[in-house]
Amino acid sequence: MKHVLGAVCGASVLLAVPAMAETTLTIATVNNGDMIRMQGLTGEFTKKNPDTSVKWVTLEENVLRQRVTTDIATKGGQFDVLTIGTYEVPIWAKKGWLVPLANLGADYDVADLLPKIKDAVSVDGKLYAAPFYGESSMVMYRTDLFDKAGLKMPESPTWDFVVDAAKKLTDKSAGVYGICLRGKAGWGENMAFLSAMANSYGARWFDEKWQPQFNTPEWKATLTTYVDLMKQAGPPGASSNGFNENLALFNAGKCAMWIDATVAASFVTNPKDSKVADKVGFALAPNTGLGKNANWLWAWSLAIPAGSKKAEAAEKFIAWATSKDYTKVVAAKEGWANVPPGTRTSLYQNPDYLKVAPFAKLTLASIDAADPNKPTVKPVPYVGVQYAAIPEFQGIGTQVGQQFSAALAGSMTVDAALTAAQSSTEREMKRAGYIK
Amino acid sequence: MATRQTQLLARTLLTPAVGLLFIWMIVPLALTIYFSTLHYSLLDPGSEAFVGLENFRYFLTDPAFLASLQNTLVLVGSVLALTVLLGVPLALLLDQPVIGLNIVRLMVIAPFFVMPTVSALVWKNLLMHPVSGLFAWIASLFGLTPIDWFTDAPLLAVILIVSWQWLPFATLILLTAMQSLDEEQKEAAEMDGASAVSTFIYITLPHLARPVTVVILIETIFLLTVFAEIYVTTGGGPGLSTTNIAFLIYSQALIQYDVGTASAGGLVAVVIANVVAFFLVRIVGRNLEA
Repeated sequence: MKHVLGAVCGASVLLAVPAMAETTLTIATVNNGDMIRMQGLTGEFTKKNPDTSVKWVTLEENVLRQRVTTDIATKGGQFDVLTIGTYEVPIWAKKGWLVPLANLGADYDVADLLPKIKDAVSVDGKLYAAPFYGESSMVMYRTDLFDKAGLKMPESPTWDFVVDAAKKLTDKSAGVYGICLRGKAGWGENMAFLSAMANSYGARWFDEKWQPQFNTPEWKATLTTYVDLMKQAGPPGASSNGFNENLALFNAGKCAMWIDATVAASFVTNPKDSKVADKVGFALAPNTGLGKNANWLWAWSLAIPAGSKKAEAAEKFIAWATSKDYTKVVAAKEGWANVPPGTRTSLYQNPDYLKVAPFAKLTLASIDAADPNKPTVKPVPYVGVQYAAIPEFQGIGTQVGQQFSAALAGSMTVDAALTAAQSSTEREMKRAGYIK
Repeated sequence: MATRQTQLLARTLLTPAVGLLFIWMIVPLALTIYFSTLHYSLLDPGSEAFVGLENFRYFLTDPAFLASLQNTLVLVGSVLALTVLLGVPLALLLDQPVIGLNIVRLMVIAPFFVMPTVSALVWKNLLMHPVSGLFAWIASLFGLTPIDWFTDAPLLAVILIVSWQWLPFATLILLTAMQSLDEEQKEAAEMDGASAVSTFIYITLPHLARPVTVVILIETIFLLTVFAEIYVTTGGGPGLSTTNIAFLIYSQALIQYDVGTASAGGLVAVVIANVVAFFLVRIVGRNLEA
């Protein structure tokens, strides 16, 4: 009997050896809170898939984009799983740079993904990336400061109300600023916010003939309002503030209002990070009564570059990281308020989540309010709310973002910034062949 | 004495090394020239097409080009002036016998050994930050409004950071030169009753002409390509106020993913560097021959 047991053990060890041949997945991701959390939970995945190990390359957003874009464009093959946004997915999928995700597993439940988000990461009905978290934008504000000033935030505020309240709430001697907004140049930084804001003012990037529209009164109204508002009620150094800088300011109690990504809601209400966790209220992004709120739509998603030799293991990882089970793992370890939001309908029907996430209803409403196919009042030739999904947009958006951050810093007037934006965009669009 | 045979042998043996060096130098240059004639966007691979000199025309007519050329020259000029003008008195001080001289010297030289990215981060977040920085705190002690460096005076802020890094280099070279100054000359001047000021003007300063030339030449080479400090602190902005040529090329290549224009820009930068070097050598190079 002993011999038999020994033989079985020996055989199983021998059999196990080839199965142990390790696949190492290299995953490029962005250094946002939810992704850092995912890294910490890698063990849960490798426990289930002992033959796979995971190597992380975590980078700041702009650097990640550069690394991932140059890698995929030159067929470098450094990464097996890429973290990309809704901007890249349709462009890259059409170029054949991404592997369609067809084998996410029987219990993945694709139908559960929020329709807006699912559309944003699909091309011709095929899923090319799996959304890890989705977001729109909304107003986060300090209920205590609003009460003290006798103001009441409506559920869907107008820009007039926001501007007025921001001025009233500014108390520079106490280090409290009425409003914190993005100012750092970049198509994914200040231009994400400003494009969404411009939409609510009825402005658009291009007309139907791809002619840039910065010489219109709508853009002038947008930029003038923004610059004046930030001058009177914004924090100093705003022209170098992006998402993370504003998050730090808000958490330190220095902003009365902050309009930014809905994912920030779980950070500002987390008492571990935020001094003002129990004093935060939420409202829809502002509008001007034209029927569009300043909502954007974005989803950080996981995708596999074409030509990856480890596509099978990579898809397994993606299925794990974006599944309902992953949500449950995070909930069990860190609480329901910290699960990645904005991707699945079921999360917004889950009573456990709704109980601890006062921002859930507004997050869902904000995501629903954004429409990449009809982002603004007038018709546009492009898809995308806070960007135009064409390859040239990154460069153009960043150039325009630079001009607008100069306007914010006061080294350029609003008119000069708009003129410069118009001429540089025209130049690029002509060069790229959109305008004849 | 080398015979014809040994000469031939020596040349033959040298050929592989020289050839390797030549290839090492010429391949990147040739590739850059090749890319500069293509319409080559990383975001649209497969669309490469020969466009002749269009990339150059495009780069040189870019409104950002003139602004960045100006910024580059202002940056190089200001940092050179600051490091040399402050380097001389610093070197004079360090030349005096004081207690703990070695430690003082080490401290003065230290900034040179801090990585540019690190020093930029420290200056940005710990010193110049308008809300939480040291300078803001000092200003608030005196009831002044803190300067918002990277908004109101971005280029000056970058110049200060770069100068802080290069001052030790200038000081070090000048100090070494001062120590090589003949003690007997100074003694003779002292015996003739010359004051400290005139000793400095008529003996030390002329002696420093050559090391100053070396400092200017070497610093210029490195300052023309300042990048990390700008990348970390201002990202070339706000607007174009801190974009120099190096940063402009970076933004063409890795923000707009336009390899063709970036290559053309790289070649333009090589020409600019050569022009600057040519004039510098003419102006200050005479000192080296004296």
